[in-house]
Amino acid sequence: MVTYPVKGISPDMSFLEMLDVLNEDLLLRGDEPIAFDHDCREGICGMCSLYINGRAHGPERGTTTCQLHMRHFKDGDTITIEPWRAAAFPVHRDLVVDRSAMDRIQQAGGYISVNTGGVPDANTIPIPKTIADKAFDAATCIQCGACVAACKNASAMLFLSAKVSQLAMLPQGKVEAKTRVENMLAQHDAEGFGACSNIGACAAECPVGISLDNIAMLNREYISAKATSENVA
Amino acid sequence: MILDSKIPEGPLAEKWDKHKFNVKLVNPANKRKYEVIVVGTGLAGASAAATLGELGYNVKAFCFQDSPRRAHSIAAQGGINAAKNYQNDGDSVFRLFYDTIKGGDYRAREANVYRLAQVSVDIIDQCVAQGVPFAREYGGLLANRSFGGAQVSRTFYARGQTGQQLLLGAYSALNRQIAYGKVKMYPRTEMLDLVMVDGKARGIVVRNLITGKIESHSAHAVVLATGGYGNVFFLSTNAMGSNATAAWRAHKKGALFANPCFTQIHPTCIPVSGEYQSKLTLMSESLRNDGRVWVPKTVELAQRLRRGEIAINDIAEEDRDYYLERKYPAFGNLVPRDVASRNAKLVCDEGRGVGGSGLAVYLDFADAIKRDGQPAIAAKYGNLFEMYAKITDENPYEKPMRIYPAVHYTMGGLWVDYNLMTNIPGLYATGECNFSDHGANRLGASALMQGLADGYFVIPYTIGDYLAQMPYAKVSTDHPAFKEAEEAVIAKNQQLLSIKGTRTVDEFHKALGLLMWDYCGMARNAEGLQFAKQEIRKLRDEFWRDVKVTGVNEELNITLEKANRVADFLELGELMVDDALHRNESCGGHFREEYQTPENEALRDDENFAYVAAWEFTGVGNEPVLHKEDLKFENVKLTQRSYK
Repeated sequence: MVTYPVKGISPDMSFLEMLDVLNEDLLLRGDEPIAFDHDCREGICGMCSLYINGRAHGPERGTTTCQLHMRHFKDGDTITIEPWRAAAFPVHRDLVVDRSAMDRIQQAGGYISVNTGGVPDANTIPIPKTIADKAFDAATCIQCGACVAACKNASAMLFLSAKVSQLAMLPQGKVEAKTRVENMLAQHDAEGFGACSNIGACAAECPVGISLDNIAMLNREYISAKATSENVA
Repeated sequence: MILDSKIPEGPLAEKWDKHKFNVKLVNPANKRKYEVIVVGTGLAGASAAATLGELGYNVKAFCFQDSPRRAHSIAAQGGINAAKNYQNDGDSVFRLFYDTIKGGDYRAREANVYRLAQVSVDIIDQCVAQGVPFAREYGGLLANRSFGGAQVSRTFYARGQTGQQLLLGAYSALNRQIAYGKVKMYPRTEMLDLVMVDGKARGIVVRNLITGKIESHSAHAVVLATGGYGNVFFLSTNAMGSNATAAWRAHKKGALFANPCFTQIHPTCIPVSGEYQSKLTLMSESLRNDGRVWVPKTVELAQRLRRGEIAINDIAEEDRDYYLERKYPAFGNLVPRDVASRNAKLVCDEGRGVGGSGLAVYLDFADAIKRDGQPAIAAKYGNLFEMYAKITDENPYEKPMRIYPAVHYTMGGLWVDYNLMTNIPGLYATGECNFSDHGANRLGASALMQGLADGYFVIPYTIGDYLAQMPYAKVSTDHPAFKEAEEAVIAKNQQLLSIKGTRTVDEFHKALGLLMWDYCGMARNAEGLQFAKQEIRKLRDEFWRDVKVTGVNEELNITLEKANRVADFLELGELMVDDALHRNESCGGHFREEYQTPENEALRDDENFAYVAAWEFTGVGNEPVLHKEDLKFENVKLTQRSYK
């Protein structure tokens, strides 16, 4: 662990802009800057991470690190920053971790098997607004990995459940629901993520408010898949 | 060089269908003998990679982010246009075509735009089949809203996160092909050069951003879907990593760059708050459906407001100037983006701006909240209001938003023909990376439409026409052309690392951005552009003399990544200025102060400038060569754009 002094921080700066200031300072002194992941800085791409003072994405609820502003800290504070810590997220360098395990879970079944073209008109299947809205809520997961970092078991169940329940709720997604949940869960375990013990730290720390209800739905989908025989082992 | 746009013969409405029939096909069993490289995994790239994989081609896809799902399409907020006419309000393919041509101030190709409007309807069907959760009405059918530059409701949306949901749809299709082994995905990998063999694009050189390793990849065709170059301005709504390097290095290998000065300044962004600022945040245009734009009527009132002597509520209704509603009664707050931005600049230049700096106008929801209630407004725009509150620490339900224009999108890009192929055989450019569909100004909710149109429905047809004529044999990456390109990339990185100067990459980037914003931004004039050209050249010389890049190539090196990108911006910036300087007219987002109507509207010169300006690279510091593609308008009449 290294401690760096940072000066000239305004309350309107974002947390990452504070790190920019530090990095510029390090560069001018001939040091190498601190590597951290970030891209859109609008809270939507899911690229930024950081465990700040013991909290995933810092102290503000419902906020990604890039949308966290320095007005939430006091002058003179010492802030502790760590990378996401999970066996399935090896560290590349400094604060940059490898989250490709989450992509591989998506590849195991996080899709509806339709090719481009030859699909029915979009209004062919009416979907109740309440269901569409719920599916949308689940679909807003940004795959940042905060749920894994916050979980004492390093489980990715909240992330996984968001995709499973989004697709299971929609008529288009029901066709493959059973194989999907089994395959995605198998990949989740193979990647070395832990099991879910229903603590709820994931949902409490999720920057976009993915609900714990999704995990309940995931469990229901999984049991229902297991109860029939035509699915994968 | 003669630019052949390869627009098919025949009536406008039949061109695409005829062309699809006339293109050569690759038999299903032979598709697996071809390899295609797709660079970029936003809407245009992910949709192309997935669809080409579904067809049977072997695809290699590349992105610099840690996951393909993080490409900046994810941040698009408002919606996607489609001529479905679900609202029964008079929409049609021709109307969407017409609005887009007119919105682009008559500087786009008719045939491309018509095709875009045609396939727009298929995009919505495709996305719904993938499970994209668009907004719906209580009856279960899809909902729509209106966007700027249109008088019909044709925009499909998923709250304020449409880009996210569409990209996740394309990402899921991509994942399926990755799982099948048809697409091989290379995340955290950045393209640093294009490789040509016998005059054809045959591969790319990339840098692995984790290990620094320089590698070559060979293919039968290369698709660049690498987005726009808005980050030339340093401050923009683009992601921090968005860059022009892939497109620019292809340009340096011979691909023409078209209309580089056509950049879009989006009217509704959160104003700049300080020098440390790293990026600007957009507030979706959809907000102009319910928000009313205003500033105080007099300079005196604005001054008192800025000094804090009076509060917003002290300004009586009759002392507020809803200038868009006043000047453009037919479209009101929903005028196109270039018009809204220019008017915001005008009122601020008059001294009527608000906020501490005076560089902001109000976007006020008080009337909409009174009319529909706060919950209804929250349901439509909740996430945007939250984002605004987080950044500014102000509650937009109680106080009007302060907004100001910011760089958002670039209409210019690599020149492509009707098949989306650049002038280099086998090199394609799709989405924001090409120049083709938006003319001098893009309408809201049309970027998502174009990215997905190109990737799902255009390139899968047109690339087959090219591949069908290619031998199956692959070029080995041991070929001298690959080795030469690798060596050039390595040498450039070593050069950057060896300067060991005194100024950081960001310092240069910020200096360039400021020059571009001041002289090649919302308003331009010949004198300023000439000045900017000299200053950019000076800055570029200083960069190569005095930039400080620490570390080595063979590691995760964020400074080296940025240095490569900024080195290219310093060249591209000059081309933008050249283009702006040569185009002696105003059109869309290109506003030359010398050419305006008495009402301060853009004054086009169709006689002399109804063409695409496609620039050929002739060496850094040399004057580029201009090639013109004349634009023929056979289906719309060129008129002075009016939104009054």
